[in-house]
Amino acid sequence: MSTMLAPSDEAGFAAVIAEAAAAKEPLSIIGAGTKSCMLRPVQAARSLSTRNHGGITLYSPNELVISARAGTPLADIETALAEHGQHIIAEPSDLASVTGAKEPQTIGGVIATNLSGPRRVAWGAMRDHLLGIRAVTGAGQVIRSGGRVLKNVTGLDLCKLLAGSHGTLGVITEVTLKVLPAPEMVGTLVLHNLDATAGVAKLSAALGSPYSVSGAVWLPREAAARIGPFAGSVALIRIEDFAASVGYRTGRLRDDLGHAETDILDDAASRQVWRELRTMAALPTEHDDAVWRVSVRPSAGPAVLRTLAEGVGMRGYLDWGGGLVWLAGPPTAEAHQTVETAAKLAGGTWTLMRAPEPLRVAVDVLPPEQEVLARITRRVKMALDPHAILNPGRMYAGL
Amino acid sequence: MIRQPEPKADVLARRDEIVAGLRALLRPDAVIAEALLLRPYETDGLSAYRQPPLAVVLPETTEQVAAVMRHCHANGVRVVPRGAGTSLSGGALPMADAVVVGLMRMNQILDIDYADRCATVQAGVTNIGITNAVQAHGFFYAPDPSSQLACMIGGNVNMNSGGAHCLKYGVTANNLLGLKIVTVEGEILDIGGAHLDAAGYDWLGLLTGSEGQLAVITEVTVRILHSPEGARAMLAAFRSNEVAGACVDSIISSGIIPVALEFMDRPAIHACEAFAHAGYPLDAEAMLIIEVEGSPAEQDDLLARLRAICERHDPISMRVSQSAEESLAIWKGRKGAFGAIGRISPDYLCMDGVIPTSRLPDVLRRIGEMSDTFGLKVANIFHAGDGNLHPLIMFDANDPESFHKAEEFGADILKLCVEVGGCLTGEHGVGVEKRELMPVQFTAEELEQQRRIKSAFDPGWLLNPNKVFPLAAASA
Repeated sequence: MSTMLAPSDEAGFAAVIAEAAAAKEPLSIIGAGTKSCMLRPVQAARSLSTRNHGGITLYSPNELVISARAGTPLADIETALAEHGQHIIAEPSDLASVTGAKEPQTIGGVIATNLSGPRRVAWGAMRDHLLGIRAVTGAGQVIRSGGRVLKNVTGLDLCKLLAGSHGTLGVITEVTLKVLPAPEMVGTLVLHNLDATAGVAKLSAALGSPYSVSGAVWLPREAAARIGPFAGSVALIRIEDFAASVGYRTGRLRDDLGHAETDILDDAASRQVWRELRTMAALPTEHDDAVWRVSVRPSAGPAVLRTLAEGVGMRGYLDWGGGLVWLAGPPTAEAHQTVETAAKLAGGTWTLMRAPEPLRVAVDVLPPEQEVLARITRRVKMALDPHAILNPGRMYAGL
Repeated sequence: MIRQPEPKADVLARRDEIVAGLRALLRPDAVIAEALLLRPYETDGLSAYRQPPLAVVLPETTEQVAAVMRHCHANGVRVVPRGAGTSLSGGALPMADAVVVGLMRMNQILDIDYADRCATVQAGVTNIGITNAVQAHGFFYAPDPSSQLACMIGGNVNMNSGGAHCLKYGVTANNLLGLKIVTVEGEILDIGGAHLDAAGYDWLGLLTGSEGQLAVITEVTVRILHSPEGARAMLAAFRSNEVAGACVDSIISSGIIPVALEFMDRPAIHACEAFAHAGYPLDAEAMLIIEVEGSPAEQDDLLARLRAICERHDPISMRVSQSAEESLAIWKGRKGAFGAIGRISPDYLCMDGVIPTSRLPDVLRRIGEMSDTFGLKVANIFHAGDGNLHPLIMFDANDPESFHKAEEFGADILKLCVEVGGCLTGEHGVGVEKRELMPVQFTAEELEQQRRIKSAFDPGWLLNPNKVFPLAAASA
């Protein structure tokens, strides 16, 4: 077990990193450690955690902005927002059921992994609403990018570069997010017993309608049964708005989509179903399963899922209108290879979300970059982390 | 006045050789090197600054752009990418030793996919051109900068352009899926695609708004959306900027996010009314244009809620549009604002700061004081929902003293924006215009960090040089 350092202020992070940089000693960068099972394992004698660096530092509901230190539990932020009827736009997933995490995830971890939930398909990813960031680079320097205003194109956008960089370019110490009013009501149109291809065609029609659909998921029977009283496969289409609009829009979609077997879930039932989706309850995982996310163009999702389900017995479902394929299957290099092949064939990407360490070391947990881009990647890594001490090897071997 | 650095003497000395090399790569009419023909390229939307380039090339394919970049790279020649040349910050201002890569002939729509809701186009397609290509199917491309009839998507990506409707739909960065780029060495790369979210580093996000500092963008894949069932606007006039600002706060905290929420102060109202005859209230100190979307019944419901909110702020008058035509009339004055100011002043500078919306009344008061101090008139137009302020400073370009004062006035406004917690630019970019103000917003270390990232893409600093970063220490 590695030694954990957990400073309580930004200067503390800068000091630890500067010292580690001088010694060229790698650090494993974590928040609460809930996503340590993702990507490649980091070999480091010491870990640096943001868990003691928490707290909301600014919340201005009328300006739709909130700032919090990286170690703030996501749940604390959501509670503060809920008191003012607001929410985090990309509704980040809670992966605890997949990762086995016992502690609550931090906002810093959510940003560093850019993990977004079902609403991402319509309203953008976590990185889309990241207005400002403070971070400590691998040289121990504190940098800021963006700010606390909703629009900002001043200088290079390091917010987006650091979001999703998995702690390899800097240790995020504070973030500022755009937030939005939470909806008055949630409604869900359920289309029963469509296969994946037909289901995704309906989801595409719904997302391509004027009705502001904010969630579009297709679940095979096994996944559907895990989150609601559904007897077969379901396509779920969510509307979030004022009550009158929810009624009107779900009704119009039901008429326009022209499917015989439909239901409309009321506010309470809708909130329940989408909460289950957000906590990954629909993904049937067995104890030692590996878990992948594959992102493809929505119309390609059904073929990816079918290939992997029929070919190697994987289980999964489709979010983001068909474009996000969640998969659980055997933790083997062969299984991983089939995921890679299917993702490449569909022109998309994959992320290994959970697997035993030997597999995470042996395979490409993310798509390798073309050589020209990999060269830029190495230079950018050097520009921010000149001694390669921040989460070395987490995304790519040797980087 | 903005300084420009010395051109590279060795490049100027080899001008004929460099141009001959370009002519070997492209069709004869795609290489421009004659002084008279270079003139249209000597400036952009920041027309106070002019500088003819060494040459202009007008490629039609990504491969041609790559060949040009390889040639320039081999010869140490600087490159200035250019779309329609509508930048208000001088983002496409040439240098005497630079080759302008004009992307206007790369104007093909390559692919439209309604099921997957995306379109792939060449960088020289205009912003409105994307919407025009998809609107027969009921779709549109959401970001709508004022220059959308002319400005090109490649430039929109480079500047991360916004528009009046980004409060709901987001800016360019939020509506992009993929890019094809050419590196400074002339290599072609695909970034992203038709799927969401990169698995590795977010190059798409870093390239967006990079102002041509990192690569030349040749193709863009954007998200397209279905148009709403309809939209309607209302107009509310108030007794003071403070009251109008408080009304904006009330609207946002009510849970309604209008698709647009525009604020105009008294000088802007008067200028626009004289120009457009839109029926604006001339007795008001401030006015809001608020637009909502949805079915007719949904519009009625939202407009009734908004009307009730405005009522609580003692409005002088309110006008809720009853038809699409009336909404157009309400927008006509706002959309014609630049032309309207152009009628009452020989020249104007359009600023682009952002402030926390709660600071609006205070900031407008201080801009008013500055207007008195500098002796220059200013009209304020404001994307109120997101805090993006556009003061239009009126001056006379034939009077160097007036131009100098206008630039100083503009710089003071932007410093004020940063002082109250905002930033130098919300959607126009830094370009050459705000280059020297960057240290107001960033520390020396932060700027150095950004320079190192620029260097990672462009080690020789050949791409759109002398923009974005303060000149004194611009090169690596």
